[in-house]
Amino acid sequence: MTTVEPVISFNDVSKRYPGGYEALAGVTFDVAPGEFVWITGHSGAGKSTLLKLVAAIERASGGTVLVNGQNLSALKSRAIPYLRRNLGLIFQDQKLLYDRNVFDNVMLPLAVTGHPYRDAARRARAALDKVGLLERERALPIALSGGEQQRLCIARAIVNRPGILLADEPTASLDAEYAETIMTMFRSFNQVGVTVLIATHDQALIERWRPRVVALARGRLAT
Amino acid sequence: MKTWTRHHLLSLRQGVARLFAAPLATLANIGVIGIVLALPLGAYGLLVNLQAFSGSLPTEPQISIFLAPGKGTSDHAALENRLKSASGVKTVRYVSRESALAGLKRSPGMAEVIASLRDNPLPDAFVVTLADGDADAADRLEHEFRTLPGVAHVQVDSAWVRRLDTLLRLGRTAVLLLCTLLGFSLVAVTFNTIRLQVLTQREEIEVSKLIGATDAFIRRPFFYFGSLLGACGGITALGVVFLGFRLLNRDLGQLGALYGVDASLRFLPLADSMAVVIFTATLSWLGTYISVSRHLHSVEPR
Repeated sequence: MTTVEPVISFNDVSKRYPGGYEALAGVTFDVAPGEFVWITGHSGAGKSTLLKLVAAIERASGGTVLVNGQNLSALKSRAIPYLRRNLGLIFQDQKLLYDRNVFDNVMLPLAVTGHPYRDAARRARAALDKVGLLERERALPIALSGGEQQRLCIARAIVNRPGILLADEPTASLDAEYAETIMTMFRSFNQVGVTVLIATHDQALIERWRPRVVALARGRLAT
Repeated sequence: MKTWTRHHLLSLRQGVARLFAAPLATLANIGVIGIVLALPLGAYGLLVNLQAFSGSLPTEPQISIFLAPGKGTSDHAALENRLKSASGVKTVRYVSRESALAGLKRSPGMAEVIASLRDNPLPDAFVVTLADGDADAADRLEHEFRTLPGVAHVQVDSAWVRRLDTLLRLGRTAVLLLCTLLGFSLVAVTFNTIRLQVLTQREEIEVSKLIGATDAFIRRPFFYFGSLLGACGGITALGVVFLGFRLLNRDLGQLGALYGVDASLRFLPLADSMAVVIFTATLSWLGTYISVSRHLHSVEPR
């Protein structure tokens, strides 16, 4: 009995890769608006696959995935860009563009949506300010430390003010102190109403925050 | 609409930036397109000039009939009737030796020569134009007129103009053929260049797709890139032909001066030049379209 429509809804979702490898099987769960959810499990448990299904990077082999009420298996490829504009994506391999500076990396999502330059620049600086990179806006990503690069990814993910934030192992390569700051950032976004899904295998972090956990084991929900 | 303009300005800027990002490769590409296209373009320019030259010449075949000296006016009238009644003759014009001399005096450089003559060496003549340009008919009439009494010499003019015309038509077909073939190579050059571009921009394309860029957004800079490449190639081709004509004109001018005529090649008119640039830009756009359609979907985020 839910009164609020879930923003993300998995119903008996399975994902089989070509070659027969089954990454997810019979996964069912809902995420309410404004929730903070951990996706946990060992490597290969299907955490990344689950996030990729939400962002329509991969398509489910069975079951239905609903995001903001849209059935992703029925979504035309032409509609995918518009779905992604409401998602903030933070990737394990960062996917920064190393041929342009910090500021231009954050500007990219706004260029895609055709924001007027002045407004876009203001928003980009606000996002950089939130992650504490405002002084480094002219630097190239290669000149940033690992933690700074991760913060740059976060700035790029939030600059469009998405309703949902998806992060795949955002603290994987960081020391405990840096991980802590990053997590504080995610908490603060969540407090202003952003739905946050984070995939991690870092048990220590989960112990500290104790939010809702969706645990995966070998592609299935572990309870 | 505003967003649309903004997107296009951004894509144009990106397209230009990518051209400048690899200046050597860009120059090489423009050079290839320019030089390859300069070939048919130069040939076309020469043809246009030759055509203008041949257009100023009479294309109707004429037969000049020079009369033996010392014949009276009555003989002339009889001959004129014979000529007019021959089949295939359109007009018959009598040119007296006096008027022929006067006409010659008006030609540049001839006045002094004529002034040095004691008496008029020119014969009376008839100029016959033919109804149709059949070379056989001209030959037949030439033979017929030669046997007429009082005729000293018969000469068929303008047959060579016709030959020139036919040659020009051949030349036009050759240029058209060359243009088509090299047009294909222009499409191929752009196709390959864009394919390489997609490969070098792989990361940017992938990230753009992940943050919600539409296919149109990703394609647009490539279209600007390709079309600009083609347009620059077209301009280069025009430049090559222009320089070539300048060089030829220097020599032609000297040659012409020896003959007392103004011999110079005229460069392609502005409308033609613009059409060339639009043509190359369009072909490159086409090459880009094919290349982008084939290669862009190979870059999908994982």
